[in-house]
Amino acid sequence: MNLLFYLSASISIIATLMVITRYHPIHALLYLVVSFLSVAMVFLSLGAPFIAALEVIIYAGAIMVLFIFVVMMLNLGGDTALQEKHWLQPRIWLGPSLLVLVLLVELVILLIRGNTPAMEISVVDARKVSMALYGKYIIGVELTGFLLMAGIVGAAHIGKHQRKLLHRFLIEEVNAESSTTREELPRSVANMEE
Amino acid sequence: MTVMQHVWIVLGVLFVLLNIAAGLIWLERRMLAVWQDRLGPNRAGPLGILIVLADTLKLFFKEDWIPPFADKGIFVLAPAIVVGSVLMTFVIIPFSPHIVVADLNVGILFFLAMSSLGVYSIVLGGWASNNKYSLLGALRGASQMISYEVFMGLSLMGVVMLTGSFSLGDIIAAQKNVWFVFTQPLGFIIFLIAGIAETHRLPFDIPEAESELVAGYHAEYSGMKFGMFFIGEYLGITMISAMTVVLFFGGWAGPSFLPPVLWFTIKTFAFILLFILLRASLPRPRYDQLMEYGWKILLPLVLVNLMVTGAVALWLRGG
Repeated sequence: MNLLFYLSASISIIATLMVITRYHPIHALLYLVVSFLSVAMVFLSLGAPFIAALEVIIYAGAIMVLFIFVVMMLNLGGDTALQEKHWLQPRIWLGPSLLVLVLLVELVILLIRGNTPAMEISVVDARKVSMALYGKYIIGVELTGFLLMAGIVGAAHIGKHQRKLLHRFLIEEVNAESSTTREELPRSVANMEE
Repeated sequence: MTVMQHVWIVLGVLFVLLNIAAGLIWLERRMLAVWQDRLGPNRAGPLGILIVLADTLKLFFKEDWIPPFADKGIFVLAPAIVVGSVLMTFVIIPFSPHIVVADLNVGILFFLAMSSLGVYSIVLGGWASNNKYSLLGALRGASQMISYEVFMGLSLMGVVMLTGSFSLGDIIAAQKNVWFVFTQPLGFIIFLIAGIAETHRLPFDIPEAESELVAGYHAEYSGMKFGMFFIGEYLGITMISAMTVVLFFGGWAGPSFLPPVLWFTIKTFAFILLFILLRASLPRPRYDQLMEYGWKILLPLVLVNLMVTGAVALWLRGG
């Protein structure tokens, strides 16, 4: 079990580093998928099969597909890779990595001192997770539901098109006739309806 | 179970599945011919069954061409994902009381996870080909499969509710008295429709609609890479049929004059034939019709099914 954990944990670290250093957006996203899959393996090796499955279904299987979908539609290719190359200069990443290095040193010191309790692996199955979610933490689930609903309503509002009264060919004709004044449009539409 | 037994089960399942997937090439052409009043393949071997061999050899000896404008690594990776993800799903399917690779306690979730990873093969194959038709096919495939995954997952939750477990072994045990197709008829129909859309078979083969998109996401593929998409599709049909049998038709259960494995095979092949019959008889809908049908009809239906099932289950339990 321990070996599996360290193996998948190191894969996830390497994959995440690759996400940051790839220039091409699709390649970076694919490494992110690998990273999610290895995180799912980490969960599995720590005795949380339900969360592992959800990690694959939701993050790797749905959200990342949507990301790749959008990147595909925008057709980000060579230009973006060049831009990324330009952005990834030492001047940019040196500061953050120094700060992270300090955190890493702290973590190592804490681990060496060894006064952290050893992790106990106990399998938490789907039933226990759902009992906790819909029992003790029900208010959190409901609040998340509100938040998601607000998100959906917002997206529907942004994505809403103005309703067309006429067939698109007729509207083009009307526009061509009254291209000088915009206000004539409703009147000619009214005429046409008569 | 010893380690050796496990290895034999894995190898046996793999061998049988790959042969079934190849054999479906013949079965599909032959059955299509029967339903369309033609002869179908009848030259190579008895009833033309050696066409499987001829087809495979042809695929192996064709030029394996990677277009220079394609993204090479991803282009090669995409066909492997489809076969890999479908074969992984068979890990959880119990073919008989003793023949199962691993009865996971999150079985159904594992199935959903693998089928959602299968989307990548279409998306990446279409994108890496760097071809407008392929990209259009990939876009259609991604949105179709993501949408129908939602209904597929929700339609199975009724079964999970009645069983109280995600494990396929428990689900078969719970169908000892009455199959879930009788208690969950709506769930069964929606699962079957979503399954057809997930395997992008006719009438839902919009990602590869050959009359508009040449061949959609695999237009640039040739040789055995195309063959992998081909085999992946047949494996997908087998997988959805086997899952339908396990979830709604009692799995390997049946009268005792035949062994359980044979019952499982018979039921699975009945559904495979249904898939082929659908291809022979239904026209392809328009793309927006497919999405509208999913989100405006299937989603409300599946939610109603879920609520009614939950209410009845609680009422029966006297809660």
